[in-house]
Amino acid sequence: MAERKLLLDSTLDSVEVAETAVLNAAREIGFHEDDLHQLGMAVRESMVNAVVHGNRYNARKKVHLSVVKAPDRLTIVIADEGDGFDVDTVPDPLAEGNLLRQSGRGLLLIRAFVDEFQVLPGQPRGTEVRMVKYLAKAS
Amino acid sequence: MSVKMSSRQVGDVTVVDAAGRITLGEGASVFRDVIRDLAAKGNKKILVNLADVSYIDSSGIGEMVSSFTTVTNHGGQLKLLSLTKRVKDLLQITKLYTVFEVFEDEASAVRSFA
Repeated sequence: MAERKLLLDSTLDSVEVAETAVLNAAREIGFHEDDLHQLGMAVRESMVNAVVHGNRYNARKKVHLSVVKAPDRLTIVIADEGDGFDVDTVPDPLAEGNLLRQSGRGLLLIRAFVDEFQVLPGQPRGTEVRMVKYLAKAS
Repeated sequence: MSVKMSSRQVGDVTVVDAAGRITLGEGASVFRDVIRDLAAKGNKKILVNLADVSYIDSSGIGEMVSSFTTVTNHGGQLKLLSLTKRVKDLLQITKLYTVFEVFEDEASAVRSFA
């Protein structure tokens, strides 16, 4: 398995850098266009969460990206250095009363677009998001 | 490329043609500003043509929902036209198909405002 690690600034430019790095790795494994789109979107949403909600654009805080290629899957870990959050406190965006809320759909989209998704407390702090997309399940 | 938006009149319906990406940052804010401006100027029948929108993220979806609320609060209607498969998928995942009226062809969409 080949791993690539990147240490990224807490800027929106880093969202593009992370998306490009993940999509390049996914293409090398053989993911097709629709799956690339879904992976890119999951990475984009996770990176936005890390930069905007986790690190709050703090120039002293970094986002840690790890991309691990295996023959049948891509594993992506995105960790921020923020205060952390409890995923269970995020309002359900599909609840009738929340449909017209402006925000709060990022985690829903990530869950929809990858095969495995975990939100863990970061070490020593922050939030770590782990995503896996399998090639075998690709359309 | 961020989003590019232009508007034209078809009868009393304002059709907004959007092209590009509606994502966090410039794309989402351009979308918001254009729709808010139209609503503030009294346009009450707004049809957003998304045929050439290649990418929308959760921020873009949020701005679409916010724009829908803005137009509705001004006593108007905002409807969507010509969604790509990817955008349709997003509306299904987020259940926003139950919020937005969506049309495949412009003539039917324009007639629906009557």
